[in-house]
Amino acid sequence: MSPLWIVRRIGFYVLITVVLAFFAVPMLWLASAPFDAKPGLGLRWPDWTLDNVATTFEHPYTLTSLVNSLVLCVIATVVTTVLAALAAYALSRVRIPGRDLLLYLLLLLSSVVTGTAAMVPIFVMMLQLGLINSQFGTALVIAGGMLPAAIFILKDFMDAVPRSYEESARVFGASPRQVLAHVVLPVARPGVATIFVWAFVNAWGNFLLPFLLLRDVGQQPAAVLLRTLYDEGGSANLTVIPVFSLLYSIPVVVLYLFVSKRYGFRFHGGIKS
Amino acid sequence: MDSSGLGVRRAVGFVAPALVLIGIFLVFPALWTLYIGITNYQLTGPAAANPQVVGLDNVIEAVRDPLFTNSVWLTALFVLFSAVIGQNVLGFVLAWLLRSVSPWLRRTTEGLVLLSWILPSTVVAFLWFAVLSRDTGTLGLLLGSPETSWLVQYPMTSLIIFNVWRGTAFSMLLYTSALAAVPPSQLETARLMGASGWQTVRDVVFPHIRGHVLTNTLLISLWTANDFTPFLLTSGGPNHQSEVLPVLIYRQALEGGQLGYASAMSMLLLVGNLAIALVYLRLLRRRA
Repeated sequence: MSPLWIVRRIGFYVLITVVLAFFAVPMLWLASAPFDAKPGLGLRWPDWTLDNVATTFEHPYTLTSLVNSLVLCVIATVVTTVLAALAAYALSRVRIPGRDLLLYLLLLLSSVVTGTAAMVPIFVMMLQLGLINSQFGTALVIAGGMLPAAIFILKDFMDAVPRSYEESARVFGASPRQVLAHVVLPVARPGVATIFVWAFVNAWGNFLLPFLLLRDVGQQPAAVLLRTLYDEGGSANLTVIPVFSLLYSIPVVVLYLFVSKRYGFRFHGGIKS
Repeated sequence: MDSSGLGVRRAVGFVAPALVLIGIFLVFPALWTLYIGITNYQLTGPAAANPQVVGLDNVIEAVRDPLFTNSVWLTALFVLFSAVIGQNVLGFVLAWLLRSVSPWLRRTTEGLVLLSWILPSTVVAFLWFAVLSRDTGTLGLLLGSPETSWLVQYPMTSLIIFNVWRGTAFSMLLYTSALAAVPPSQLETARLMGASGWQTVRDVVFPHIRGHVLTNTLLISLWTANDFTPFLLTSGGPNHQSEVLPVLIYRQALEGGQLGYASAMSMLLLVGNLAIALVYLRLLRRRA
């Protein structure tokens, strides 16, 4: 317990406190502003009220946009998870000609072609196909963007499923379909769940693509409506924005709590050193 | 090899739907960028109906355009300070410090850092308006200068600090799993020999995690260079002072209607991404 040791301990906890404050302070707004009688863009001890909640639900587009978010997100997430699981399983088990090149290209694609770099052609393509304002079209664009990374991560999980399980199942006469449904998927479930949650959080928060492709306010998800509420300005919307931000954040927070409780928020495989 | 009994034909059938979707919504747009980029295509007007091929004029114009060079410079600053330095260092420091604290403090800190990563970007923008805005903003109150409008007076610095807050979680997670692979016996030896914290990190830990540092730096650089969130905070303003490439491309294409010109800029961004990714894959292969 030398003085030096004490000084270092103090310095250590000061550092941790500063970092904690850096991450925590911005979030306090989400806890205070929704319940403040005079919410603003700033932090203060609120005059507690629940009136803002009622005002938010009275706004014509808040509930619609949350439903739109859900529709967009469910389509994109299910398409991504199902197609990625099928592709990852086949790529993990069967040496399709050109497989290694394909995997290499998928890895490149997932990092190089981003929504921001390809926004112009995506916009033009959807415009010419008449798919502007189509939720299904937008969901497919989002899914297309997530698929390469999803396949890549899932293939690592599939590779880790022991092949002997499938071989025994086949000895007992199971068809490939049964092997996949009853042997491989249950064993690879943590991987599939990871991809499902990852895709959901990504699609739920995605702003750019719906912002580009869904111009009609009745079709827009919460991400875009929240921005519209801000751009319009006016004091009425400052009562809506905080509550709406909170409502819109809840699914992500719930999923996060679920994942960290069930699987722990850790990297398993997939990270090459 | 084929323990699943799928056979090549059925395996191709399993892979095909994913590839079709990737082909339509990722590969085709990327290639089409190359074509639109050499035309004078516009959102409205005569060039909308009947775009003409103008060759590399767009690229030449972009390279000479002060708005574009300004944007490339800002993007480089953004990537360097917020990702390569900010997220990387803070992520490592967090992973390193949190090994030796009580479990609840560790969980709380990790939880907050992760939350800042997974909250939707439009919500996060409001959280930071509340920190940085004039008169009522939290930072102004803390520093006793409420008249400062941080996003207007220091737009790039604000974006950089914001992005450190937003993205450090990934680096923290990656370094936490990397540090778990460093043999405890070597750390113990370093401690017994009286090595300081910094010496231990430099001589014992770093050689083990060099590959992780590389992976992390390149991934977060790519993500930061392609991040559209700055648009939500500053929209590139004031007066183009925080107009990073994604924002410039958006404004040229959708607000200015210059689809051809914006595509040429996208093309340059794609080439930049490709260069970073190829360097990374080459280094990775050399290590393997």
